[in-house]
Amino acid sequence: MSMPRPDHAKCALPPFERVVTEHGATVLRVCRALLGATDADDAWSETFLAALRAYPELPPGSNVEAWLVTIAHRKAIDIHRARSHNPVPTDTVPECSSTMGVPGAGDDELWTAVAGLPFTQRAALVYHYVGGLPYTEIGPILGNSPAAARRAAADGRAALRARLSTETGSRS
Amino acid sequence: MIFPQPPVGATDLAWLKERLVLDAEAADLLDVAYRVVDTPVGPLLLAGTTVGLVRVAYVADGCDTVLDELAQRIGPRILDAPHRLDPVVRQLDEYFAGTRTHFDVPLDLRLAHGFRREVITRLSEIDYGRTASYGQVAASAGNPRAVRAVGTACARNPLPVVVPCHRVVRSDGSMGQYVGGTDAKHQLLQLESSVAGGGV
Repeated sequence: MSMPRPDHAKCALPPFERVVTEHGATVLRVCRALLGATDADDAWSETFLAALRAYPELPPGSNVEAWLVTIAHRKAIDIHRARSHNPVPTDTVPECSSTMGVPGAGDDELWTAVAGLPFTQRAALVYHYVGGLPYTEIGPILGNSPAAARRAAADGRAALRARLSTETGSRS
Repeated sequence: MIFPQPPVGATDLAWLKERLVLDAEAADLLDVAYRVVDTPVGPLLLAGTTVGLVRVAYVADGCDTVLDELAQRIGPRILDAPHRLDPVVRQLDEYFAGTRTHFDVPLDLRLAHGFRREVITRLSEIDYGRTASYGQVAASAGNPRAVRAVGTACARNPLPVVVPCHRVVRSDGSMGQYVGGTDAKHQLLQLESSVAGGGV
């Protein structure tokens, strides 16, 4: 009887290519909404490389989307910390490009406002509305309870409403 | 509150995917790299490990079954990573153009075991443009009575075209079955006989 690799023979993980095909776009949207277009590409690359490395250990039947967002969240925290703790002093202020991709390409006002929220509120909103994850999955990703994750999202939504209602220059 | 989805273009993802493949190969993380090529006998999936070419499959009906099998038998870290297969693709092009009569790429025979592996090894001894019967192959593999087992070994050849199971025919001269269908077998044998008999 041929048993090439018992550890793989008993598991039923699909080929990683399928993980990239099925979740690549959503994870990129999550990274963009959370970090802006420039950092999002690096976060995506690091997330999928780390995921590929750890993939054989993933228990079959896991929520792959939540697993990927968990990895992306750690990468996003690293990038967020690097950005906020190491401001680079400069004499010339660079032309400020949109951190949310091409202006006018989508409804970027809302995402620009989201980018101004505290990190945990922003993450809770992005994982729920872009990642499509329930708060029961988001709590553990944020390192707190589902109830706390739901509250962070509610606080974020309230802050966005307050912010957007004071702006009358909205296109719609 | 309605959150619009940030736009993600197909080219953005294609670029990121390419970068992932490069990073994965640099870190030696891939169990299997594969690609699909169009050939005169239909689309073929080519899969390689770091050892060599491990699988060739007719995939007119899709790749999922083959990739699932590779994930289970070799490992799930599988990506569509075309460059590792470049030499094979080049040699296949030459083969179908009639300018190559044998393949010269490292093979990984881990998907064939025991007697089947013995048969697979013997198949490469059948010259281009020639055929052998199932019985003859059984004899050369050291078990003249294992004609049916040779048939099974050919049907399950993990490397069709490159390991020429299409050159094995019935002792009455009829073609017999083929993993890629009898049309493909006929096409391959005709290509080889016309090239081998060229100029005569």
